[in-house]
Amino acid sequence: MKEHIPVVEHILSANDRIAAQNRTLLDENGVFAINLMASPGAGKTSLILKTFELLHPHVRIGMVDGDLASSIDAQKAQDKGITAVQINTGGNCHLDSVMLQFALAQIEFSEIDLLLVENVGNLVCPANFKLGTHKNILIASIPEGDDKPYKYPGMYRGVDALVINKIDLLPYIHFNMEYFQTGVEILNPGLITFPVSCTTGEGLPAWANWLQENIHV
Amino acid sequence: MHELAITQNILALACQYAQEAKAVRITDITLLIGELSSVIDDSVQFYWDMISADTLAAGSVLHFERQPACMRCDRCSRTYTLAESELICPYCQSVTVTILRGDEFLLQSIVVEKNATPSLLEPEAV
Repeated sequence: MKEHIPVVEHILSANDRIAAQNRTLLDENGVFAINLMASPGAGKTSLILKTFELLHPHVRIGMVDGDLASSIDAQKAQDKGITAVQINTGGNCHLDSVMLQFALAQIEFSEIDLLLVENVGNLVCPANFKLGTHKNILIASIPEGDDKPYKYPGMYRGVDALVINKIDLLPYIHFNMEYFQTGVEILNPGLITFPVSCTTGEGLPAWANWLQENIHV
Repeated sequence: MHELAITQNILALACQYAQEAKAVRITDITLLIGELSSVIDDSVQFYWDMISADTLAAGSVLHFERQPACMRCDRCSRTYTLAESELICPYCQSVTVTILRGDEFLLQSIVVEKNATPSLLEPEAV
C-alpha cells in the first residue's frame, strides 16, 4: 500500500534547530557573534586581526576558525593574544551549526564580548548553513573580480553586511565597482557595505564602529 | 562538496517522516530546489545511493523539481526569469527588483509503502 506524505520542510531544518540553540547560548552569555564568510584569500583572518587591533581592549574578542586542515589561522590569532578555537572540518567545505556547537563548548564566555567565527573559504556552501551567529558577514575582495554577486547569488542574498577588502588594489585591477554594486543591490537591497583595506587600514574604523554599535544593542 | 551534508539531511528528514507514518519503505522523494540555491542534482543522487543503502529509503528515487528564479521589477512591475536577464530588469534596466521565487530548498514530499494495515480487523489500541 502506497501513501503520499507531504513534508514541505526546509532540507536543513535540523541544522537550523541547532543554530537556534547556539544563538540562545550566545545570548544567555552576552556574547555577540558574527559569521565571516569569503572565498579563500579574501582576507578573513586579516580582517579579524585588524578588528582585534582596533577594538582591543575595549571589546574582548574570541575567534573560532574553521579550516579543512591546519591551525595556521588560529595560531596567528593566538600569537596576537586572541582566544582562538580551531575547528578542522575534515574536508567539509563549510561550518555547520553542530561544529560551532562543539566549538562553543570550549569557549569561556565570561572572557569575551565578541566572537568572530571564520568560516571555511568558500562562496557557495557556507551560505546554506546557518550557525546561530547574530550577523552573517561576507568579505569580497577586489582581485576576485566584479562579477561575483552574479555568480554566487546565494551568498550575496543571505548576508547582513558586506566588507569589500583590498581596495588599495583598485588602481591596478580592472574592477567595475558600479557593476559589482548593482549586482549586490539587486540581490540584497540596501546592504550595508564597508570598503576597506586591511593593508593600509583605510575604511576599517567604520567597520569597527559598526561592530561596536551592534555589540551594545 | 556540501552536497554530502545536504544529502544526509534529506535522508534524516525523509526517514523521520516515514517512521512517523509507520512506513516500511520509502519509494520516492521529491525536492524543490530554487535556481538561486546551489545544489548539484547528480551529486546528491550519487551520495543518495551510497548513504541510503541500509535505510528505509534504500532503492528510492529522488525527483528534483527545479524552481526557476523569477523577479519582479519594482519600477515597471513586469516579471522575468533569470534566463531572460542577468538579474537586471530586461525591460527598463532597473536594478530595484524583488526576487519572487528561486530561493527554495525544500523536501516537498515522500511516497512510502506501508504494510496492509490490520487495524480494520483488530480493535484500535486505546
